[in-house]
Amino acid sequence: MSKMLRKGLALAALGLALIGGQAMAASEADEPRAPSGGWNFDGPFGKFDMAQLQRGYKVYREVCSACHAMDLMYFRNLGQKGGPFYDPKYPNPNDNPYVKSLAKDIQVKDIDNDTGDPVQRPATPADKFPAPFPNEPAARASNGGALPPDLSVISKAREGGPSYIYSLVGLGFNAPVPAGLTVPAGKYFNPYFVGDVSSAWHGKGPAPKGGFISMPPPLAPGKVTFDDKTPSTVQQQAKDVAAFLAWAAEPKQEERKAFGLGAMIYLFLLTVIVYFSYRRIWRNVSH
Amino acid sequence: MSGHSTYEPKTGFERWLDTRLPIIRFMNDTALDFPTPKNLNYWWTFGGILALMLGIQIVTGIVLAMHYVPHVDYAFNSVERIRRDVNYGWLIQFMHANGASMFFLAVYVHIFRNLYYGSYKAPREVLWILGCVIYLLMIITAFMGYVLPWGQMSFHGAVVITNLIGALPVVGKSITTWLWGGFAVDDPTLNRFFSLHYLMPFVIAGVVILHIWALHVPGNNNPKGVDVKSKADTVPFHPYYTVKDGFAICVFLLMYATFVFYMPDVLGDAINYVKANPLVTPQHIVPEWYLLPFYAILRAVPNKLMGVILMFAAIAVLFILPWLDTSKVRSMRYRPTARLYLGIFFLACLVLGFCGANPPDQPILGHEPSGFMLLDADINSIVWLSRIGALYYFAYFLLVMPILGLTETPLPVPEGISEPVLSHPAAAPTGAAAAPEKRG
Repeated sequence: MSKMLRKGLALAALGLALIGGQAMAASEADEPRAPSGGWNFDGPFGKFDMAQLQRGYKVYREVCSACHAMDLMYFRNLGQKGGPFYDPKYPNPNDNPYVKSLAKDIQVKDIDNDTGDPVQRPATPADKFPAPFPNEPAARASNGGALPPDLSVISKAREGGPSYIYSLVGLGFNAPVPAGLTVPAGKYFNPYFVGDVSSAWHGKGPAPKGGFISMPPPLAPGKVTFDDKTPSTVQQQAKDVAAFLAWAAEPKQEERKAFGLGAMIYLFLLTVIVYFSYRRIWRNVSH
Repeated sequence: MSGHSTYEPKTGFERWLDTRLPIIRFMNDTALDFPTPKNLNYWWTFGGILALMLGIQIVTGIVLAMHYVPHVDYAFNSVERIRRDVNYGWLIQFMHANGASMFFLAVYVHIFRNLYYGSYKAPREVLWILGCVIYLLMIITAFMGYVLPWGQMSFHGAVVITNLIGALPVVGKSITTWLWGGFAVDDPTLNRFFSLHYLMPFVIAGVVILHIWALHVPGNNNPKGVDVKSKADTVPFHPYYTVKDGFAICVFLLMYATFVFYMPDVLGDAINYVKANPLVTPQHIVPEWYLLPFYAILRAVPNKLMGVILMFAAIAVLFILPWLDTSKVRSMRYRPTARLYLGIFFLACLVLGFCGANPPDQPILGHEPSGFMLLDADINSIVWLSRIGALYYFAYFLLVMPILGLTETPLPVPEGISEPVLSHPAAAPTGAAAAPEKRG
């Protein structure tokens, strides 16, 4: 591509020269795959599997939360309708004893009311999930310069949603590194991670799809012990945490679909009634 | 068509009010008894759909504004909080976000119906121009609304579009700084966009009133494009068109609801779920789907200022449309050649939309560029496709419309709404065609 074109494009749409220069240079990744059997929360009638959400929360809490914040999540969300630990006996999730005990195990920062000193205290359901790092530089410093993204809406923020998360952490790290690819120190090759590995490619043919990710393989067989005795394979952990993150990205999506069904039926009946009114009113008009 | 009033006050209060403020008479004459051509098809229902969408956007928007925080640090989270913690906030927010797309979908159908049936022609030029004003205001409103959630695409879209003003010679930079309220898109920009985003819909509503006023002077055009001759050609707006529009509105709402309840994010960009970060530029900055064709025209030109001018010209050309079209025949039912060119124009808009969504140097055919450079870009690239599309876009208005009206031979046009074409002697199957200048 000529320099002139680059310049022209930069002028034409500002900053879009960036796109122009990189669009053809890969930036491709493997199409994310859903686990076999798909997601049971897919489709207009899909619902979350509560046991799966509970396992997924455990994976997040014991593995992901070491580096990834979920700034939009409160412990009470876990006990709200449609949440992993919803109990109809406690319509106010702040009263849910299980959620209370989950929160109590986590320490959050607070200010001592009498002295004004910063203190740590056990969380309550009204507290946010605490962030693992106090600020962005601290997060980067602990992760080799990379910033672990907030996971609150990650399922909506990535093309492919839960299938992307499942593929990235459940399948991608198991894929063998293609011969001829030099993986930089502190990085890991993942075919589902959007990136460009062409500069590190010395093999035959076009560079493989995928990218170098700074996150080490987070999951391992048996790393999380599931309370319901579900075998703790990497794929199981990935599947469950992806479902949990899909729920967390929009905790009211079951409510949305249920409300939608009523709205669609209502609108459909209204449409039929109005159609027959239309036919009746117009029956004597030749047009 | 307007003028004579059929309203008769029935109660003492109505008579009293009618001599002081004849508002009931006004409502009756404009919304109930208004004589409307009886042959309007479903393409004419989109005016009602648009009025409803404006209403939905205003009502949902007012509720959202009660919970939204226009601050760079809180805007993103406040939108999420509306979805998570506000009662039915998810419903209101999804209705508003998808409502914008539905609003534009309806306005595009409405505009293309105008182009096909020649509704912009005399005596409806002012009606058409007011419609163009509404469309322009809608674009500005939608653009500012898209900035408010303060995601990555919100922020970088705002940067790209506001920077376009900077292409103006001499004053460009000062105007951009003035618009931003600083030296970059930042908190003051977000605040004023929020303020203006709240204001604009009411301005639109005002122009809509003028639009309806301008409609009610000449009355509706109709699929035959001929003037209403007598009362036999019309039916009162209510109940005939309230029920027909009502049915169309219900069908439209079914589609709208499908998006809101089952695929609320499908029309948006995933990257807008990432909080705005001025230091990280997304790889592909693209506007929402309804602005893609203009974005493609902007990028088709290698010179930034020319690109900006051409992009605005693409909208400006609509304003002078009534004087570019030289054909006196309104409806394209009787203009087969014009129909063909309009079809290609529709296709060109879709192609431009496709070009706007993809990076400029991406190949069209296959995965490799052809290697043949035409001027500054590979011939097999989005750049050249968008240039062809943009060329046709302008050629359609500036060449096809004026020339075709003078050269084409339209089919025989019926005398009136109630009479079929063949009953008219001039349309006898002897091949005698209506002269183009003959008013339908």
